[in-house]
Amino acid sequence: MIEALSYEFIQNALIAGILVSFISGIIGSLIVANRMVFLVGGVAHAAYGGIGLALFTGIPLFLGTSLFAVLAALFMAYITIKERDKTDIFIGLIWAVGMAIGIILVDLTPGYNVDLMSYLFGSILAVDHEDLYFMAALFVLILFVLAFWYKDILAVSYDSEYAAIRGINVKLFFTIILILSALSVVVAIKVVGLILVIALLTIPIYIAQYLCSTLYSMMFVSGFVATLFTLVGLWLSYTYDLTSGACIILVAALSLLFFMLWQKRS
Amino acid sequence: MGSGPKILSQWHKLLQNNNDNPTIIDIKHLSYAIKKEEILKDINLEVKQKDFLVIIGPNGGGKSTLLKLILGIYPSKSGTISIHYADATNKLDIIGYVPQNTNINLNFPIKVIEVVMMGFASKKTFFGYAKEDLDLANKLLEQVGMQKYAHQKIGSLSGGQRQRVMIARALFAHPKILILDEPTSSIDVEGQAKIYDLLQELNKEITIIVVSHDLSVILNYATKVAHINKKLSFHDMSSFESSFDTQKEHICEVELLEMLGKIK
Repeated sequence: MIEALSYEFIQNALIAGILVSFISGIIGSLIVANRMVFLVGGVAHAAYGGIGLALFTGIPLFLGTSLFAVLAALFMAYITIKERDKTDIFIGLIWAVGMAIGIILVDLTPGYNVDLMSYLFGSILAVDHEDLYFMAALFVLILFVLAFWYKDILAVSYDSEYAAIRGINVKLFFTIILILSALSVVVAIKVVGLILVIALLTIPIYIAQYLCSTLYSMMFVSGFVATLFTLVGLWLSYTYDLTSGACIILVAALSLLFFMLWQKRS
Repeated sequence: MGSGPKILSQWHKLLQNNNDNPTIIDIKHLSYAIKKEEILKDINLEVKQKDFLVIIGPNGGGKSTLLKLILGIYPSKSGTISIHYADATNKLDIIGYVPQNTNINLNFPIKVIEVVMMGFASKKTFFGYAKEDLDLANKLLEQVGMQKYAHQKIGSLSGGQRQRVMIARALFAHPKILILDEPTSSIDVEGQAKIYDLLQELNKEITIIVVSHDLSVILNYATKVAHINKKLSFHDMSSFESSFDTQKEHICEVELLEMLGKIK
């Protein structure tokens, strides 16, 4: 295992794993607190349309996927604000339509036999420097937004009606949370794949929820727990030559199970 | 809880103060409809600074709608709502609001003291809170008897305790008017009395407007009662001389309304 650390792709995978874990912990906390898990699941699957778009047009993958995911998030923000009772229908719609668009675009891309599995289940061992810059930039952006507007985001997440009375722009912050979620989904796809993204964005948060009494401690603890899952999952993946994303998620799910049993006992 | 004599003493207080008790909310010819369905029709209501106004009426009669119009959550389309206060630069800063449902998001990771400071900061800070805000929040929690719970998770409190926290939150912006929408609907009787005693104490300084179905509240605490069922009928409790002991006698809301009607 130690000699593995000298390989650059392993180093990149570890850095990416830690960055994405903390991004997932922070944004996942906001997603769970705002009850947007299903909504973000829709955005994650719609993001596949962006992968297709990037392959078809030849633009960088992160750019295409981000663009598509952010557009899906903006559309969902609009629907949630304007037509609240139809939100479920539109989540289902972007979920399926986004993926369909992606598949058709990949079909239309000449001479390209894309490895669909790596997008569905992640390819953390294929992370390059460009990916790392994107992840680091997103992490800094999230910290920046929180540093300036933590209290507003807390108010909007806990009690949006009261926040609106106090003059906080609820729609703006809701949209910001959704856009950051969409970008986080894009980087998490690289690590665990779009099928498993929701598990990484929720399982650490469910555990942290029992341990924390403030939102920022929940963000930090979730990030730490997610890092643990990612590192253990990566080690299993490397040692037994298994798909990394699936290993990470199974480690997380088993940990959640043990945590719940331990909770019941005490 | 007091009964008749308390009402009389309130009446005297009211008479003495009548001259220096200016109007703070003045609602004229207010109507409101949602998709052509009339919710409120030609509401006229004058609230004075030292009033303890109780709004009663059937469910769906428009009570909460009226509150939300006063708060500006709903835009008023016909009629006027004027709020008169010397420093009323921002309407929101002089009205404190305690919503009806305080059972939202019980799993949410937020401490009591953070709820109190929610949506209001005396100055911009990174991550943490300004010291003066923390001091004020602690003072308010002490005032509502909740200081020892300051660092507990909001979801771990009982309904009555949570309601007190919400009152502290509403007081955080130094309001001149406090509006409460059925504050005691999910609280036991003892907790209810504590909350209304607190409101009466606050009423020495600020205007209280509360939606309630609870008769003992009307008889023991209110200085004015407004009944809303699309239209508004108004009753000034100061001319309501009574020696009811509400603890012993059961009076239903309909009887009270008949009584109010007769006196009118």
